[in-house]
Amino acid sequence: MIVSVEKDLDSLSLTLLADFDAPIERVWQLWADPRQLERWWGPPSHPATMEKHDLAAGGEVAYVMTGPAGEESRGWWRVTSADPPRSLRFTDGWAHRDGTPNHAAPTTAVQMRLSERDGGTRMELRFTFESREHMDQLERRGAFDVFPQSVGQMDGILESNG
Amino acid sequence: MVVDELTDTEVDRLFHALADATRRDILRRCVAPEPSVSRLADGYAMSFAAVQKHVAVLERAGLVTKHRLGREQLVRTDHDAVARARRVLDELEATWRGRVDRMADLLAGHDG
Repeated sequence: MIVSVEKDLDSLSLTLLADFDAPIERVWQLWADPRQLERWWGPPSHPATMEKHDLAAGGEVAYVMTGPAGEESRGWWRVTSADPPRSLRFTDGWAHRDGTPNHAAPTTAVQMRLSERDGGTRMELRFTFESREHMDQLERRGAFDVFPQSVGQMDGILESNG
Repeated sequence: MVVDELTDTEVDRLFHALADATRRDILRRCVAPEPSVSRLADGYAMSFAAVQKHVAVLERAGLVTKHRLGREQLVRTDHDAVARARRVLDELEATWRGRVDRMADLLAGHDG
């Protein structure tokens, strides 16, 4: 479950804390095993397929998300550092249709950390983006189309914040 | 699509405008009553010109509008534009809330 989400407009970053009732090694496997990663990365309507998956430092992940009408959106990670089962840092970017990284497109830095907590595992995720990168990411991923279930939630957040 | 269409340039301006503490403070002060640029400048330990520049950035991003009242330029915050920017961050949060839910389901063995 999510413990907290902090959005910082100053540094244009978002930090998310989540606790899982599972050992740290098990949670790490959700990232380290491509078959498991595929089952949570994309929403049910847009399942992800990992075409490349190497979580060692300098390694790459390449994935494609496929929508109900067969539309595809491709992305890649470049792993900056990995310390199984405790931390993973990577750059998240967009790919061309042929799967090669689109280096002209903006990227987001992601830091993921796992730690033991109360017999379970805490996951800390921090995303840092520049203005353009962030919005491009959302637009390219088609987040506004892909995640309709979030719409009601979004409106609720806006209302409660006045 | 529920989110208003924004061009890349508009989005760029929006986030550049919001990524500064003074400008966000100006937005808060200009909701109501709408101050003039000179009254706004009184509230900051910076020059009138510097405050004017911040207001110009906010105006180009569509976050405030300026209108004339007599000899004064009044500044008004566009609440919808501010809400739209926040919604972008909210979207990223929503995406990851979905992912964390699915991770928890997998850990609980709910779907195999």
